[in-house]
Amino acid sequence: MLYSAKVMEHFANPHNVGELKDANGVGEVGNQKCGDIMKMYIKVENGIIEDVSFMTFGCGAAIATSSMATDLIKGKPLEDALKLTNKAVVEALDGLPAVKVHCSVLAEQAIKAAIADYYKRQGIDPTPIVGNLEECEACGHDHDSCSCN
Amino acid sequence: MDRFVYLDNSATTKISDRVLKAMMPWLTEHYGNPSSIYAIGRESRVAIEEARGKVAAAIGAKPAEIYFTGCGSESDNWAIKGAARRLGRQGKKHIITSVFEHHAVLHTCKALEREGFEVTYVPVDKLGFVNPADVEAAIRPDTAIVSIMYANNEIGTIQPIAEIGAICRAHKVLFHTDAVQAIGNVKIDVAAQNIDMLSLSGHKIHAPKGVGALYIRKGVMIDNFMDGGAQESGRRAGTENLASIVGLGEAITETYENFEEKVSRMTMLRNKLMDGLLQIPCTRLNGGRENRLCTNVNISFGGVEGEGLLLLLDMNGVAGSSGSACTSGSLDPSHVLLSIGLDHGIAHGSLRLSLGADTTEEEIDYTLSVVPKVVERLRAMSPVWQEWSDEERAGCNL
Repeated sequence: MLYSAKVMEHFANPHNVGELKDANGVGEVGNQKCGDIMKMYIKVENGIIEDVSFMTFGCGAAIATSSMATDLIKGKPLEDALKLTNKAVVEALDGLPAVKVHCSVLAEQAIKAAIADYYKRQGIDPTPIVGNLEECEACGHDHDSCSCN
Repeated sequence: MDRFVYLDNSATTKISDRVLKAMMPWLTEHYGNPSSIYAIGRESRVAIEEARGKVAAAIGAKPAEIYFTGCGSESDNWAIKGAARRLGRQGKKHIITSVFEHHAVLHTCKALEREGFEVTYVPVDKLGFVNPADVEAAIRPDTAIVSIMYANNEIGTIQPIAEIGAICRAHKVLFHTDAVQAIGNVKIDVAAQNIDMLSLSGHKIHAPKGVGALYIRKGVMIDNFMDGGAQESGRRAGTENLASIVGLGEAITETYENFEEKVSRMTMLRNKLMDGLLQIPCTRLNGGRENRLCTNVNISFGGVEGEGLLLLLDMNGVAGSSGSACTSGSLDPSHVLLSIGLDHGIAHGSLRLSLGADTTEEEIDYTLSVVPKVVERLRAMSPVWQEWSDEERAGCNL
């Protein structure tokens, strides 16, 4: 299995790593059974993601997609961040091996989960804005064997 | 990074200088087909028979009981399918194996299940050993064959082969063992251990890839796997892989020369590596410490995922492997690590480092200087590690 140079660059020197102490939105997706957990922290001010960081337990692709996804939403309005697709993350990384595409889905969902958490903390129901977060889509396990059912 | 430490010898090994030297004439001027009657054909025949003698001598077999194959997986397929299909026609449609065999055995058994065979998968204990009593209890009147690996490829545990062999012989059931990881690292005596069939592979013992062998005890009849010409006494067709067979003969001789000295040196290095890595907090040794191959270290690091570990080690010039799902191309971690009771999360964070006859103490020291830094770096970005309590970080849930 081969990773692109871009994936290796983001894996070797990931951007925006660590806990963001003054975050006002935190989202975590994935589970240990599937081998990937992503946690995203955002700090939103006036509808703009002023700062973002991540912590990830996972493979090289999971770390690289986390890094790239945080880059792509940093400084952006919330509505733009919500439009970020896993496909855009994959493209920005010059592609991912097929078996690793689920990592990019996790990154997209981690951002949505963080934004949903931000809205909740503001007393706003996130569902009409963010939609339902279906974690199982990302994990790729069949439903019978998956603990995230 | 100029530095390169190869600690994945259970995956494959470097061809030794002596083996390559022995092979070279058979890749150049001595190209005759061993089945041909003229001089260069006869020379090739002699070379193959010499190699056969060397393989036989290494495991206490007779030369006529050694059949060269294309790889260890072919040997496993041939032994199990060949025996099952032959005995299946006599109504013996039951196979016994263990849950943590190599896929060459497990997937062969799955294929036979689709042909109507019934397979019993005996469990292994937490340290990674098959209990011979479980094998005996599983034997039925219609059992065709028992296949239990000599040593596990991921955790290096050496199975009680002689005991299982004695049980199978007493019950008159064929006993096959996949000795691909064991060969060269333990002393094998197929006669004394009541082994009916044994698979081995060249590239794990510093011979080239693409050559293996199957020992079939005299008198044991199994169906052919590769039909065609009269090579290998008419039991495995195909023009012989001449140079590689010569290489296998040389490698098996080399690996058993100064055997005691080699094993004691490798055991010392392995223990240094194993104990050094276990100094890292929240780690776990996978597989028992006793009856373990001198080549094998397998450790789980809490809160860390294996593929990231391998990539960072690679960037520091250390080559290893992992039971992580990410390295298997599936989402499930190693069936071996799950079989000895590891949680998925801990199984994902495993690292296998396997030594070769050429591994040096300096390489072990270098590896021990790299791994802790890499683990620490991954833990610093791990949400799992972040959420663990001090007790958990001390290894309480491993």
